[in-house]
Amino acid sequence: MTTGGAAATLRQELIGLGGIVERNVYLVKRYILWDLAFMVWTIANTLTIVFIARAVHLPPARENELATKLLVGAVIWAFLGIIFEFVTETVAWERWEGTIEYTFMAPLSRSTHLFGQGAFAVLYGLVRATILFFVVAAFIGIHMPNANFAAALALLAIASISFMGIGMMASVLPLISPEKGAQLGFVAQGMMLAVSGVYYPVSVMPGWMQAIAKISPATYALRGDRAAIVSGAGIAWADVWPLLLIAVAAIPLGLVIFRRGERYAKQHGKLKRSG
Amino acid sequence: MSARAAPEASNTSVRRDTPAVEVAHLTKEFRRRDRRAGRFARRKMPALKDVTFTIERGECVAILGQNGSGKSTLVRLLSTLLINDGGEARIFGHDAFHEARAIRELVNRVSVEASFFKKMSASENLSYAARFYGMPPSQTRHMIPEILEKVGFPADRRREAMENLSRGMQQKVALARALLTSPVLLLLDEPTTGLDPRSKLEVQEFIRDVRATHDATILLCTHDMAEAEALADRVGLLDRGELLFLEPVADVKERYGVTTLEEAFFAATGRVFEEEHDEDDEYREVFA
Repeated sequence: MTTGGAAATLRQELIGLGGIVERNVYLVKRYILWDLAFMVWTIANTLTIVFIARAVHLPPARENELATKLLVGAVIWAFLGIIFEFVTETVAWERWEGTIEYTFMAPLSRSTHLFGQGAFAVLYGLVRATILFFVVAAFIGIHMPNANFAAALALLAIASISFMGIGMMASVLPLISPEKGAQLGFVAQGMMLAVSGVYYPVSVMPGWMQAIAKISPATYALRGDRAAIVSGAGIAWADVWPLLLIAVAAIPLGLVIFRRGERYAKQHGKLKRSG
Repeated sequence: MSARAAPEASNTSVRRDTPAVEVAHLTKEFRRRDRRAGRFARRKMPALKDVTFTIERGECVAILGQNGSGKSTLVRLLSTLLINDGGEARIFGHDAFHEARAIRELVNRVSVEASFFKKMSASENLSYAARFYGMPPSQTRHMIPEILEKVGFPADRRREAMENLSRGMQQKVALARALLTSPVLLLLDEPTTGLDPRSKLEVQEFIRDVRATHDATILLCTHDMAEAEALADRVGLLDRGELLFLEPVADVKERYGVTTLEEAFFAATGRVFEEEHDEDDEYREVFA
C-alpha cells in the first residue's frame, strides 16, 4: 500500500471509529430514561453492599475504611459491567436490531469497530462510575480526606485497555451462540471479579485463585484504586506494569478470538440468525 | 446523487476489463441437527450447488426463486457475509472471499428487512452507516437530505424515529442507505417484499432511475416474477440451490415454449411456483 493509500485508509478508519461513538451517543440520548432507571438500580445494588460496613460494628475510622473499600469494589464491578455490556453487545445489540450484516459488510476493520465500541464504553463507564461513586459516598456519609481521585481515575483508565481486550474475547460469544452468548459475558465478568478481590483481599482466597488473580487486570485496578482513595497513594508502577502487560496480551488475543468467531459465524450462517 | 463523484471516477478498485460479477461452481452448505439420526447427529444441507454465472458491468440481472431457494445465500456470499464451501466468486476481478475489504468498498445491499436502529431517526441511521464508508459529517450533512429527497422521503420526517415509519418508508431509507455509498454493485434481496402496491411501484421506479443515472450493476433477487421481468435484462431461476437458467426473458420463454415465467418455472421444475415448499427449504430459508 502506498503512503497516500495508507493515509486514506487510516482516515476512513478514524471516521468509522467516530461513527461508532456517534451512534452510541444517539442511542444514549434515546434511551436516557432507561439509563437513569438502570442507574437507580446500580445505586441500590451498591448500597446493599456498602451498608455491610455499618453492620459489622467497627470503630468509626475502620468502618469508614471498610465502607470505602467496599464502595471501590462495587464501583469497579459496575464499571466493568458497562464495558462488558457495550463490547459484548457489539454483536448482540446489532443482531437484535438487524443491522449486524450491514455493519459487517462495511469497509471498516474489525479492530476499529471493536475499539470504537470499547472507547465509548470506557468514556460512558467512567461517567457512570463517577456518578455512582459520589452518590453512594454521599448517601452513606463516607469521608475520604486523603483520596487521590486523579490517580484512581487514571489507573481505572489504564485498566480499561485490558478490560476492553477481555471484553473483545467475551463479545465473540453471541456470534457462537446467538441465544445465550451475551449472558455468558456476565459470567466472564463475575469470574474475573471473584478472583480479583472485589470485596475482600486476594490473600483470603485459596492459593489457586490467588494465582489466577495475578493475571486479572481487575486485581491491580482494585488494589491501586483502593490505595488511591483510602490512603491518597499515587499511581504505583507495581500496578501499572501488570496492567500494561495484560493489555498488550489481551487486545491482540481479543481481536484474534473475535476474528475466529466471525469466521465461524460466516461459515455456519450464524451472523444473521436472531436468538 | 450529484453530491458524490460517479463510481467509476471515485473508485480505483473497479477493474474495467473484467465482468462485474463472475461466479464459478459456487457451493455453500449448512449443517443442521438431524434428530432422526441421533441426538447429536448433524447433516449437511446444500444451499447453493455448483452455481456458475457472469454479470456484465451495468447489467441488471434478476434471480428468481422461492423461499429457501438460495437467493439470500448468494447475496450474502457476494457481500462477504458468508464463506463459501467451494467454487469462487469475483466482483470486478476481486476475490470475494480473500479480498473482502476491496469488495466492501464496491458493494452495498438492500434486503427484505429494512434493518435499522429503531430508536434512531432516518438521518441518524444514514449518518452512522456513511461513517463506515469514510464519509465525514461535512460530506453527509448535505448528501443525506438530498438522497432522502431523491427516494421520496418526506423532509419533515427525517428526524423521526425509524420505529414510527411505515415499512414502505423504512425501505426507502434502506435504498437511500445503499445508494449513499455509491456502490458499483447493488445487491437487492427482495427489496419490495411486503410493501403495499404503491410503495412497491415507487421502489421499482427508483431502481430504474438508479440504473439510468448511476453506473451501477444490479443483482435483484426476488420471487416476484413480474418485477423481475419488468426490471431485469436477464432472468435466472434458482431452485433448491441450483441455477437452472440465466437468460433474457424472451429466450427463457422460447426455450420452454411458454408465454409466462410461471409456466417456465413449472416446465423447468415440474412444480407450481407458489407451491408449499418442503422442510429442507424452510431450513435453508432460516439460514439463508
